[in-house]
Amino acid sequence: MSTPKSLALAAILLAMGSPAALAQIRIGATLAETGPAGALGDPEAKTLRLLVEQINAAGGVLGEPLELVLYDDGGDPNNARTYATRLVEHDEVVAIIGGTTTGTSLAIRSVAEDEEIPFISLAGGIEIIDPVHPFTFKTPHTDRMACEKLFEDMQAQGITRIGMISGTDGFGASMRNQCLDVTAGYGIEIAADERYAPGDADMVPQLTNIRNTEGVQAVLNPGFGAGPAIVTRNYRQLGIELPFYQSHGVAGQAYIDLSGAENAEGVRLPGTALLIADQLTEDDAQRAVVTAYRDAYVGRYNEPVSTFGGYAHDALAILVDAITRNGEADPDPVDLRDAIEATAGLVGTTGTYSFAADDHLGLDLTAFRLLQIQGGTWSETP
Amino acid sequence: MQLKPKYLSLLILVLLVAAAPLFFPSGFYYRVGALIFINGIAVTGMVILIGYAGQISLGHAGFAGIGAYSCALAPVYLNIPPVAAIAFGAALSAALAWVVGRPILKLHGYYLGVATLGLGILISMVLLNEAQWTGGPDGIAVPDLGLRGLLRDMGLRVGAGELWYWVAALVMILGAWLALNLFDSPTGRALRALHGSEVAARTIGIDVPRHKLHAFVVSAVYASVSGSLLAQMNRLITPDVAGFMHSVQMVTMAVLGGVSSVLGAIFGATILTALPQLLTVFHQYEHMVLGLVMILVMIFLPDGLLPSILKRLKGRNEE
Repeated sequence: MSTPKSLALAAILLAMGSPAALAQIRIGATLAETGPAGALGDPEAKTLRLLVEQINAAGGVLGEPLELVLYDDGGDPNNARTYATRLVEHDEVVAIIGGTTTGTSLAIRSVAEDEEIPFISLAGGIEIIDPVHPFTFKTPHTDRMACEKLFEDMQAQGITRIGMISGTDGFGASMRNQCLDVTAGYGIEIAADERYAPGDADMVPQLTNIRNTEGVQAVLNPGFGAGPAIVTRNYRQLGIELPFYQSHGVAGQAYIDLSGAENAEGVRLPGTALLIADQLTEDDAQRAVVTAYRDAYVGRYNEPVSTFGGYAHDALAILVDAITRNGEADPDPVDLRDAIEATAGLVGTTGTYSFAADDHLGLDLTAFRLLQIQGGTWSETP
Repeated sequence: MQLKPKYLSLLILVLLVAAAPLFFPSGFYYRVGALIFINGIAVTGMVILIGYAGQISLGHAGFAGIGAYSCALAPVYLNIPPVAAIAFGAALSAALAWVVGRPILKLHGYYLGVATLGLGILISMVLLNEAQWTGGPDGIAVPDLGLRGLLRDMGLRVGAGELWYWVAALVMILGAWLALNLFDSPTGRALRALHGSEVAARTIGIDVPRHKLHAFVVSAVYASVSGSLLAQMNRLITPDVAGFMHSVQMVTMAVLGGVSSVLGAIFGATILTALPQLLTVFHQYEHMVLGLVMILVMIFLPDGLLPSILKRLKGRNEE
């Protein structure tokens, strides 16, 4: 009776194989290539594969080739934890990049902190690095910074009462809380606070409530995926004329296509230099990095770059920079962590990173650029 | 000496669990093993509900969610120690199953499937949307059980992976032992009788609604304990644990391995937990492969993998 089970066990052990010899630098990644966050994880995975190939073609890091061990966790934190354990215990990687969503990042973080392996997250949630955990870093701006960037613009335009309509998904819910948290500093009052579920197909009732709220001067929509596009279409159908703000969650061509360029016209959002690569001035620090990455990505995959791929680009750049400065092809995890923390003035697609012992995000508000959609494309507001 | 099948099953289970670590090339396999056992616990509950009593549920992940979130919330809000939170979650799940089970179990076939599906989705929606308590979609941290600290104080240093391998194994074997005992008990016989024919069972004096409800409540407790252990092991829990896909997974594991036998169902849990680790290279096709395996098993081995294989082997011996 035990035969089938022990056979199965033997097959598992065989197929998983044993770790290869350490002739190369192994970098681990667990991303949501598929599943609800697939639109984010897919460009991230493609970016990592492309860049590792490019680095190896150019002679590797410290003369050793990079090896990327990448798993698809489907956005499920339980899977992410399993793969993080596998990366550390079985694949023996020097560092982990990953966690497309905040949930998976938190799951990976607990493994990384337990095993003392440097970890760079690609998710937005502020709780990943606040409070600071010694081995955990992240590349995207936090949603709190997105709120601050938008409120700065509203303040400049004299807007004080706004309506907010947010998704109940992880991204929308977290950003809603952060926005509510920072309103006071900008003298902004959220007069209407509406919500919708990720699968909803029509947000007219919520928008009608906002329109009927006394004295609302602008509308803000934290969310990602299809929701914000539907909100945008409903917004125009209802003929609402107020300034309309979206979050960095929609900073991709898909949003404009789904909403329709005429509906998205005039929408303002915080975005990165990557979206306006061609409009960057010659003396812009990010211009060279951003255009090189965009040209390589578009050339290889024949699809537009997204901010999310940019996060992965920056995470790998930070890691490669730290390994190079540390100077060992088989780095001690603690030394590598110290090297990452010492990163200063590293120009990425998202912004310029300078980590510190009490700052594992390394970006400030200047990394965000306030964009406006005009004629179906992004442009920077003056 | 002839061992009763019940003890033979348990013996095999214990031997496999104890021997498996001898073949582990790295600590990661303890994690996979622990996941297999945690799924094995939930699936043993499904054997009691589907295999013994012949009732379907597509919402048992909901009970796993209750068990998991009890471990996260009860120690914080009710000052219940983390160990007791497992029992608290189980009691909560049992109470809910008791209240909801009465009306729901009057339904049959597809209707029962849809009703349990609704129950599971409702629980999952509460966990997702009541973010002020549950932390919403990003999940919530789970207070430490303190087992590792306790062992360290006793002079034993155990890695988290190994510890949970043995804890989950112990609970699964205990659960399997209870389920195997139930099979031969009067209740187990009554369940199997009403599985065969409710009318016939009623005519010989079996209280059909009561027994169905018992099976439902017991299986809910199994699911709840499995959710609690998952939460304690991961120290972080998200609403995915109560999601529809998790419910389907539980049923699939049980049906794949053999829903009428505890050992078979655990075998199914082993395959479906370990297979994704094998298929990481072509993850995009994982669901296709799983679907195909399911279809083939349902067509060619309707009793499930293990019972069918055993039947084949036995048939050959007799020839």
